[in-house]
Amino acid sequence: MSYQFTIRNKVYRFNDLKTLLAKASPYRTGDVLAGICAESYEERVAAQIALADVPLKAFLNETIIPYEQDEITRLIIDNHDVETFKSISHLTIGEFRDWLLSEEIDNKILSDIEGGITPEMVAAVSKLMRNQDLIAIAKKREIITRFRNTIGLKGHFSTRLQPNHPTDDPKGIAASIIDGLLYGSGDACIGINPATDSPAAVMHLLNLIDRLRQQFEIPTQSCILSHITTTLELINKKAPVDLCFQSIGGTEQTNTSFGINLALLDEAYQATLSLNRGTGGQNVMYFETGQGSSLSANAHHGVDQQTCEARAYAIARKYKPLLVNTVVGFIGPEYLYDGKQIIRAALEDHFCGKLLGLPMGVDVCYTNHAEADQDDMDNLLTLLGVAGCNFIMGIPGSDDIMLNYQSTSFHDALYLRKTLGLKPAPEFEQWLIKQGITDDFGNLLTINPAHKLLSEIL
Amino acid sequence: MEDDVTISNPLTSLKEFTAARIAIGRVGNSIPLKQSMEFKLAHAHARDAVYSVLDTDGLDHKLKVFNLPVLHLHSQAANRPKYLKRPDLGRKLDDESKDQLSDHKTSTDVVIIIADGLSADAVNRNAFSLLKILIPELLLAKLSIGPICIVEQGRVAIGDDIAHGLNAKLSILLIGERPGLSSADSMGAYLTYKPKPGLTDESRNCISNIRPHGLTYKPAADKIFYLVNEAFKLKISGVALKDNAGLLK
Repeated sequence: MSYQFTIRNKVYRFNDLKTLLAKASPYRTGDVLAGICAESYEERVAAQIALADVPLKAFLNETIIPYEQDEITRLIIDNHDVETFKSISHLTIGEFRDWLLSEEIDNKILSDIEGGITPEMVAAVSKLMRNQDLIAIAKKREIITRFRNTIGLKGHFSTRLQPNHPTDDPKGIAASIIDGLLYGSGDACIGINPATDSPAAVMHLLNLIDRLRQQFEIPTQSCILSHITTTLELINKKAPVDLCFQSIGGTEQTNTSFGINLALLDEAYQATLSLNRGTGGQNVMYFETGQGSSLSANAHHGVDQQTCEARAYAIARKYKPLLVNTVVGFIGPEYLYDGKQIIRAALEDHFCGKLLGLPMGVDVCYTNHAEADQDDMDNLLTLLGVAGCNFIMGIPGSDDIMLNYQSTSFHDALYLRKTLGLKPAPEFEQWLIKQGITDDFGNLLTINPAHKLLSEIL
Repeated sequence: MEDDVTISNPLTSLKEFTAARIAIGRVGNSIPLKQSMEFKLAHAHARDAVYSVLDTDGLDHKLKVFNLPVLHLHSQAANRPKYLKRPDLGRKLDDESKDQLSDHKTSTDVVIIIADGLSADAVNRNAFSLLKILIPELLLAKLSIGPICIVEQGRVAIGDDIAHGLNAKLSILLIGERPGLSSADSMGAYLTYKPKPGLTDESRNCISNIRPHGLTYKPAADKIFYLVNEAFKLKISGVALKDNAGLLK
């Protein structure tokens, strides 16, 4: 079906929903690179006005990637809950935006409609919103997940401690872990990107963190971000796998380029559940996503990068993950050029994920060839704190020496907790107090060199 | 810049195990000024490297010692912002450059390409020093070498266009890598056997981090020379060509 809008006698016509979504998307380099971006400011607004009049129902009748060609489309359509959709089925995208902002729409109601909304509906409505709207609505939602602690409670804010090392040196990694713990970091998880994906090396790292965690009775979970096939192999060898990690994308072809599909995810999910290691809950998956991955894999089907990203969340929610992390600024300036584009994309991802019921965290980050710096990251970090983001990364001094990019530091998380009055996950908070790392109010204490976390490793 | 409000960190002794910015202390909850400025300076170096310009005259002058023709080429990315936004344009030669290639049709074994990539500084500083070791090794092995190509606003795959246009059996492309905070001048070497337009990264071998404080020139040149020999012997490059040089010793 085609859509149109006329401005001063100029008729803007959009051949299908996919085109309408792309033209309505806020400007970003990735969509220009894909050749699907609006050609003028006016065309973009024309598309947004036309999109506002499209009924939510249209997204159930017109798929943006054919059902027959793509298993993610099939997942979205087959899992759509008609019953919960009923309460909003009469709305257009524009009316849906106003409905979401209405005062009476709260966490409970948003949670009730979760199964009735699709990624495309959420992506579409986000395109009509200002950053402020994305923040205000995401803020309403509270997505709580559990493994050894509780993440996502209102008033709490967690971090993934990311102690990467270019050669996976155990002492180097342990040093970064201890450093982070002493700054109150690591309640979302302690997660390492391994330098090599060899099963033996990954096993080594798993044992390293598991030993540390048990020795100091840290109420958190570990994750080595290896390929899912490596993790699966290690689970079969009885490795201490807390969380199963995988990067996912919003089209079947993108996932093929990652070497995965839904059947493999099913298998890994069941295998990880079977280990039954969570003491507080059984959210065992950790997913990473990021706008631009489908274009990068030449697997975008002419769909804009933000809509592709939202489709990845359909996969994530199937597996009730503990953590979903959009790695927003890692991909580079040909997809997100500068601080403005990175900030917008992060707020969109956080909003879309939350509305689809996901425990969203954001890797607030940039590379050296992007037009961004620490000031942009401070802005984004603060906006996400206000929006109720579940977690960010914690990296020594913001500098990831393995992946060669800049993310958030341990200090950044402390800044946000202090300025917005946020606390770590409750179980972790108690542990920090017990260890003498923070006082009852979350203030860092001066660490004595004889502290057992130090004396063990020094 | 250490002062009495900075709370130092007892982990300082662990710094020998990692280059990560651990044990940097704090003022209140924030990073102390000294460490904050160190970070800013490292980022400034990386940013400057991204916008650094290929020293074509300087390279031209130095490369004279090899007695090889030198071509000055340009990608279809007219400037740096275009280069950063449109990687596809950085992979293709502009028309004027294509015309230049047509004057050199004699088949050769190896073509050497120097491209700015994401850090012209990296090749300005490291390319000649590496070639001074590598080119004599190649000539001693009786390999013929085509014109040396200096490419502005080039990405890795532009080497395929060039080498194919020059009718070369193998290309060695030296290019500035994405600058990290600790290394703004890191050069990469990409080796492709039977280069032709349309190849992707799995068809190449990459030797990364070539610079005085990373992989130094002699071992880098030896590694490239080893891979060149293996590529000609096995008639292949990329993931199927393993770097087993260490195993032979």
